[in-house]
Parts: sequence; C-alpha cells; structure tokens
Amino acid sequence: MALTGLNAVDSPGPGVAVARALRESPDYDVRLIGLSYEALEPGIYLPDLFARSYQLPYPSAGTAALRERLLEIHEREQLDVIIPNFDAELYNFGRLAPELTARGIHTFLPTAAQLEMRDKLNLAAFGTAHGLLVPADVRLFGVADIPRAAAELGWPLVLKGRYYDATVCHTLAQAEQAFWQLQARWGAPVLAQQFVAGQEINVAGLADGRGQLLSAVPMRKLFITDKGKAWAGITIADEALPALARRFAEATRWRGGFELELMRTLAGELFIMEINPRFPAWIYLAVGAGHNQPAALLQLARGEAVREFGAYAVGKMFVRYAWDLVVDNADFQQMASLGEL
Amino acid sequence: MKLKPTIALSAAGLLFNPATGDSFSANPVALEILGLLREDQAPEAAKTALLARYEVEAHQLDKDWDDLVAQLRQHDLLDS
Repeated sequence: MALTGLNAVDSPGPGVAVARALRESPDYDVRLIGLSYEALEPGIYLPDLFARSYQLPYPSAGTAALRERLLEIHEREQLDVIIPNFDAELYNFGRLAPELTARGIHTFLPTAAQLEMRDKLNLAAFGTAHGLLVPADVRLFGVADIPRAAAELGWPLVLKGRYYDATVCHTLAQAEQAFWQLQARWGAPVLAQQFVAGQEINVAGLADGRGQLLSAVPMRKLFITDKGKAWAGITIADEALPALARRFAEATRWRGGFELELMRTLAGELFIMEINPRFPAWIYLAVGAGHNQPAALLQLARGEAVREFGAYAVGKMFVRYAWDLVVDNADFQQMASLGEL
Repeated sequence: MKLKPTIALSAAGLLFNPATGDSFSANPVALEILGLLREDQAPEAAKTALLARYEVEAHQLDKDWDDLVAQLRQHDLLDS
C-alpha cells in the first residue's frame, strides 16, 4: 500500500506516523510505498518503513498528472490501498477514487462536499448549521476590510491564510502587515477570526462515512513549537471531547480520518478552531493509547467491517524527537533526478 | 470539600488530572492533606489531626491550608 505525507519535519506531515501504525497492525503484514513531493522528505530515507518511494507531481499539477503517475507506480507495485495524508491533495485523489477502485486501488476518503464544509472559509457557517461552537470570522479581501472585522470581532484578531499560517494581531498596523504576508503566500481571501483564549486540545478521529464514529482520542498539547505544532502531548479523559467528535461524525457522515483542533476556554466552552480532513502528525499516540486508527482505515478502504474501538488509555504521552538520518548522496540524487528510490 | 475521585495520587506525591493532562507534585505534608481530602474528611477534623501530629501553630496551619486549597481549586482538583 502507498501513502503520502513523508515530510517528518518541524511542521510534520502524518505519513511516517501512519506508516508506523500500519506496520504495527496485527492483522496485516504491509509492504509500504512512500509517495513524496520533495526529494528531501525524511520518510524517503527510512527503508525500515518504506520499501520504495516515488515522487508525485504537486497537487497544483492537477488530476491528470497525478493519475498518470499513480498508474505508473501501480503497474510496478500493484498497489492495494492508498492513504493520502495532505489536505491539499485530497481533492485530486477524491476525483480519481472511482477509477482507482476500478483498477484495484482502494481508498477511503472524505467526499468533496465534506472537504468543502470543513474548509477554513466555511467553518463558521458549518458551526452555525450544526450547533457547534466555532469562532466568528470575517473574510478580508483587502486591508480596508480590517477595521470592519475588528469592530465586529474585537481585538486581538487572528488572521489566517487561506490554507495555512495564522497570526495574532493586536493592532491595525500588525493586522495590515499580516494581511499582506498571508495574501502573498496563500492568496485571497485572508480570514480574520475572533481570538479565543484557552487550552489547546486536539482530537484524532475515525468515522465510517455512515454517521458512526469509530474512534476518538483526545490529546492535550504539552509542548508547542513556534509553528504551533505539538512537540509533546498527553491523552486525556473528558467525555465532552469524544462526544463532540461523535456529533461531528454524525452531522457530516464523515468518511475516514480527521482531526478536530479545539480550544477549551476558562469557562469550559469547546470551540472548534479547525477541522483537518486527515490524520494528524501525532496519530501514533492514538496507537499507543490502544486505537490503531490507520490500521482501521486500511480495513475500511478494503471494505472490511470495522467495529467501534473501546476505551483508550488515558495519560499516554508522546514526546517528538529530531533524528539525523545519514544517507548516501547517491540516494538523494536518484530521488531528485529519477523521482524514485 | 473532596479531592475529585478521578485524580490519580501516587504514594510518591505525584498527582495526575486525567481530564486536563496536568501533573503536579506534592510534598509529604501536602500528600497527607490530599489523602485526608480524598477521604472527604471535614476540614476542621483534618486540621485537628494535623495539629496533633505536627509542631505548628493553628493560625499558620490555617494559612497554609487555605493556600493549598486555593491551589487545588485553581487547578480544578476539588469536587466542591
């Protein structure tokens, strides 16, 4: 089977963690194929996890280019299942899913409508429609929109890029600078979001696409990097968190893995800050807590029955680490020039 | 006033709140007080037991007790 997200860097993709989870599944003896976008994605150089790695065209190259490359790889590797792990590639994989299935490659992906409804730009409307707490927001198409947003949402404002990045702005000058940076990098509109103070909690989940939540493992961040990523975290017991994940799965009939990024205020309210349409990079903690969600996703993709997981272990921690892989330059050259290793 | 039943308390004085993921350490006297609170002992009875056991003035015990209880409340470790 093949998976993406091999960029185990300071803002990591989930692929290496998903691969570890799959390798530990007692039900499967998987041979893993890594799919990368860059020649320096660390997962490429982990031969104990990935038997081979292939470079894919960027999502912006479109569905046809991805189709062509996947079929090339399939011809050589006879892929059974693909698990894409990046938000931006899910649309292309989703469009290709019927053809991939016809060729014997299974996937289990959220639908295009599901991807749209949890999109950053639509999140506030999604919250309103389903009675879920989501910070209010205003779309900014120019700096002239910032004062109106501030009047509506109050200071500080959180400015978010269309796809990534967020900046907390306390003044109009800060907001204008952040707007130009975010627009230049991610395009328009930039999103101004109400600032919510509290404790950051994330939930890794898996749902069956028919409204049933199969697993939800909540994690509180213990150490946060300057990019806002969890470098250490701990599983916690709070019934409100799986309950929220269940509401999300039921309301959306979510298909596959997901991550809820939450903020718990001092008053105990749970705000949904973002919904990621794939497993988080810390998914291996869920495995350590007894919920091997990636292995269950593999079963779903293969059309096998998956039962709801039971209790997870509370108080399990992960501490991420940086590890220098020493590889031969020839391997890098081969990956960079031929697109496979 | 009672320590939440979900709070894990080890003999070495380590507390873990599974609802928040917070961990704390308590010194031996605090651990003894936490044990009394776990048993839902009334504050006055607990203080009487501590006064009999340690060389401490009542007003100092009251002050330290209030300080500890305030910390426990701040970290949401008490039921009421």
